[in-house]
Amino acid sequence: MDKEKYQKIVDKNCPKENVGINAVKSFLVGGFMGILGQLLLDIYTTLLDIPTKEASTYMIITLIFVGSLFTALGFFDKWVSWANCGLIVPITGFAHAMTSAAIEYRKEGFVLGLGANIFKLTGSVILYGVVSAYFFGLIRVLLFGG
Amino acid sequence: MIYLRAFLVAGTICTIGQLILDNTKLTPGHITALFVVCGAFLDIFNLYDKLVIFAGGGALVPITSFGHLLIHGALENSVKYGITGLAMGMFDLTASGITSAIVIAFILSLIFKPKD
Repeated sequence: MDKEKYQKIVDKNCPKENVGINAVKSFLVGGFMGILGQLLLDIYTTLLDIPTKEASTYMIITLIFVGSLFTALGFFDKWVSWANCGLIVPITGFAHAMTSAAIEYRKEGFVLGLGANIFKLTGSVILYGVVSAYFFGLIRVLLFGG
Repeated sequence: MIYLRAFLVAGTICTIGQLILDNTKLTPGHITALFVVCGAFLDIFNLYDKLVIFAGGGALVPITSFGHLLIHGALENSVKYGITGLAMGMFDLTASGITSAIVIAFILSLIFKPKD
């Protein structure tokens, strides 16, 4: 069988994702995450009297903690596969990827398992974030003086 | 009003990710990496700052804000120390997020077993 025919059969039998419904789900869940972030910011600044800049740090740490804990408890995987990018794009996706890698590879040992694989999924975020921020920062320093 | 703006901005960013995910062969890993690069790119012209002022938490929650925080940490130190400062300040603003993610993931991996 040649490659083209094979590809056609693969395409025909792949489960079709409903693009429209997925987009709506992502919009609603992602939007809700945005509201949750803003709500936490408001709680920290008004009720606990924390300055705005620090409050955004606490807000991100809170979401990372919640995302990691729910991943460890086991039900966040189901939420992610239902809401897709609605939970992957917010910072909870970062926490989910790191925690699930950590939990999964710990049985292979602390150094070669956990240590070597904890950044397996999130490494690309940090790598490309740092490299792009460095070069874009360099461009900005050279063009606008910082 | 800020809540409506937070909802719309965060929802839109997530929908863009979802549309890329469904219509191309890219995986979630590609999309998060791509979004971080986009966040850093938008801040060459201070565009993401404007989005943060406009939408508050709605712009801070998506992973794009990670790129935005990386480049701002780098730029803040470049004012003091020149080009070397870019490397010195790179993690200044994201350190808390990365550190807590690592520590929490480590502790949880000690407590919980993987579920099949």
